Amino acid sequence: MVRIAPWKMFLILAVCLYGFAYSAPNILSADKTAWMKENLPGWLPNKTVNLGLDLRGGAHLLYEVDLDVVFDERADFMVQDLRKSLRDKKIGYKRIGTVPKGVRVTLRDDSDPEAVRKIIRKNDSRLLIDTSSEEPPVITATMDAVMIKEVQDQAISQSIEIVRRRVDELGTTEPVIQRQGVNRILLQVPGANAEDLKRIIGKTAKLGFHLVGQLGARAAGERMLPYVEEPGRTLNVKRRAVITGDMLDTAQPSFNQSSQPVVSFKLNAVGARKFCDVTRNNVQKPFAIVLDEEVISAPVINEPICGGQGQISGGFTIQEANDLALLLRAGALPAPMMVVEERTVGPSLGADSVAAGKTASLIGLALVLVFMLMVYGGFGLMANVALAVNVALILALLSSLQATLTLPGIAGIVLTVGMAVDANVLIFERIREEYRAGRSVISAVDAGYSRAMATIIDSNLTTLIAALILFSFGTGPIKGFAVTLGLGIMTSFFSAIMVTRLMVVLWLEKRKPSVLTL
Amino acid sequence: MFGFRFVPDDSNFNFIALRKLAFALSLILIIGSVSLTAKNGLNFGIDFIGGTAIEIRTPEMPDLELMRRDLNQLSLGAISIQEFGRPDDLLIRVPQQAESADQKVAYKKCVEKAQKSPKSDLVCLTVQQQAIETVRGSLNGMFTESAVDYRRTEFVGPQVGKELKMKGLYAIIFSLIGILAYIWFRFEWQFGVAAIVALAHDAIATIGLFAFTQMEFNLSTVAAILMIAGYSINDTVVVFDRIRENLRKYKKKLLPELFNFSINQTLARTLMTSITTLLALLALYAFGGEVIRGFVVALLFGIIIGTYSSIFVASPVLLLMNVRGGKGKQPELAQEGA
Repeated sequence: MVRIAPWKMFLILAVCLYGFAYSAPNILSADKTAWMKENLPGWLPNKTVNLGLDLRGGAHLLYEVDLDVVFDERADFMVQDLRKSLRDKKIGYKRIGTVPKGVRVTLRDDSDPEAVRKIIRKNDSRLLIDTSSEEPPVITATMDAVMIKEVQDQAISQSIEIVRRRVDELGTTEPVIQRQGVNRILLQVPGANAEDLKRIIGKTAKLGFHLVGQLGARAAGERMLPYVEEPGRTLNVKRRAVITGDMLDTAQPSFNQSSQPVVSFKLNAVGARKFCDVTRNNVQKPFAIVLDEEVISAPVINEPICGGQGQISGGFTIQEANDLALLLRAGALPAPMMVVEERTVGPSLGADSVAAGKTASLIGLALVLVFMLMVYGGFGLMANVALAVNVALILALLSSLQATLTLPGIAGIVLTVGMAVDANVLIFERIREEYRAGRSVISAVDAGYSRAMATIIDSNLTTLIAALILFSFGTGPIKGFAVTLGLGIMTSFFSAIMVTRLMVVLWLEKRKPSVLTL
Repeated sequence: MFGFRFVPDDSNFNFIALRKLAFALSLILIIGSVSLTAKNGLNFGIDFIGGTAIEIRTPEMPDLELMRRDLNQLSLGAISIQEFGRPDDLLIRVPQQAESADQKVAYKKCVEKAQKSPKSDLVCLTVQQQAIETVRGSLNGMFTESAVDYRRTEFVGPQVGKELKMKGLYAIIFSLIGILAYIWFRFEWQFGVAAIVALAHDAIATIGLFAFTQMEFNLSTVAAILMIAGYSINDTVVVFDRIRENLRKYKKKLLPELFNFSINQTLARTLMTSITTLLALLALYAFGGEVIRGFVVALLFGIIIGTYSSIFVASPVLLLMNVRGGKGKQPELAQEGA
């Protein structure tokens, strides 16, 4: 059937229009795009392609968190807990120590293993308890899978939080900080230098408890610090911290007597003594919890806090208490992290690659256009229009989806340009053949399109399979290649079949040629 | 000048008659590739074996001999330097550093110490990271007039390298399975076998090229091989589609004649598509920059070999099998007219 329904025509033109409109911002200069974003209504296309780190320059660092350290630490806590409980209940034991991810206690001959099991279960009901039948009884309690996962997740999310805070300090835009697998953290920062990043991540956050100065007038030795949560609001605090982060042993979210979420913290011996003195002398006054020059909160001291343990309350939600505990702990990385992969591209190489990619795509496109025109004449021109639509559609989709364009991604576009004409070549060659076999022009065109179709689908699908698998297994820049290749195959399917067909049909209707010049 | 034809309309070249020659050629190619790969091995990049690659642009013309000597006195293993696209662009490769248990412990201790004294500017580096710092320090010392431009630094740890290797391998295996499944679904089994033979031929020859030239074999090479696999199948499928169509049309025709006829009918398309793809790739090769040159070379080679194999390998292999036999499915009818 050499006719195209009007609604189909409309649809084809609409898709073409989308392609040109949404790829347009990429051709304009950055100033103009910025102007458009500010001055034109938001529904107009204004997104540009998101350049990958290899094109805009930046650092990609993959860190591995040494979780063994975290588990060892947890095991130590478990030993301390159990030792205390056993002493409280006056249960005798010979030895107590850690095993990987757990605790082992060798009881005295006269001790009741069942009582110990009860204590362990009360401390944490999820521990797997194993009692040996030998004399004296040996009880081993280890974390179960759920608990192991929880500890891992907590350590990783805490590490991510610290990394984020550190990276934000650099003032870079759009850093990507993600967990990868069980124990890895991926950090991608456009425009950053890997050396700076590594240095800043190695450092620790600065936490302090400060006394608060008079409202209004700022005295000597005081300064105004902003609140983390409330922009604009500031607090006058004493310059010198009473308690610093290194005096903090732990901080955990918990609940107070009236069941409100609070953050419980524990100070080391030095901190505990100091905090006791200071709070005794400043009852009913506020003190500020300051992290990296910003006030987290400024609770009022209700009573002297001695013994090194305290609670911070402030009408928190559970989430807020969790976050604050995390931030307080965040002073230190929970475990050592090391770089296991690094890929940094400097600004000069990024800019060179963008320029090289542009030149190569334009020249590649020009070569294919000229060649198609040479071989297929007027039909080649139509295929070329389709090719232009195809490139526009790829750029438009990349911009709309905010997919990342990498250097191999540009190679994918260039390759698609070379391969996109394949569908048209198949059709045109078939039309030539059918025409030679004695068909009329219209009948040859019709047969050419319909007979080439099955082949086009087959040949495109196989390449699409390769692209999909590359997408799921590829990493970084290679994934970018799979994206543009996959998108290119899909758009070329549309442009080479629908768009040229529309043009060919319109040409046939208008000219009604009796001789085929192909 | 329009309407230029690469292939005359009445092209009737006897490809099938050349099949013995082609088989011999392909056999040499495959055996050569396999034995070269076995003998020389592949020059795996840091993606797979770990290590560090640093690309720099030097402020003045570098003296490679001198640089090589100086860098290799750092006792970080064999450090290689090569020109990268321009005489003042250099690619420096530092091998994976062996890390002793003591060094691991020292690193952990350093981190713990840094955590306990937040105000100190203590920076902890693993042995691998120290190696990068050392090399950079040495390079900075060589060019004192103005700063060295560090264009790219890539470091891959041993574990990540192993994982990337497995990922690459899985990607190749799964795409082969995916393509095979599709071909099996769309064609009779004989076609599938012949297409996979042609595909394996192209992939092995491409790996052979890397063994022969000792070009770096990295993640993008794997991508190139997958791409070549896709292209090779694409090219083969077009010829096979036509053979299948003609098998239905001409039930009496002798198979060699029918195969020849089909290949000739699709020859113009086979060459046209290969040429446009090659043109685009040539532009990439000439202007796309040094970073993706290896990738583009693999693709160029693959497209050429894929075109060759769709004509000289896939169809002759198919001819060896009983495509017209009573067993197996009858060729499906492609939609005609519609």
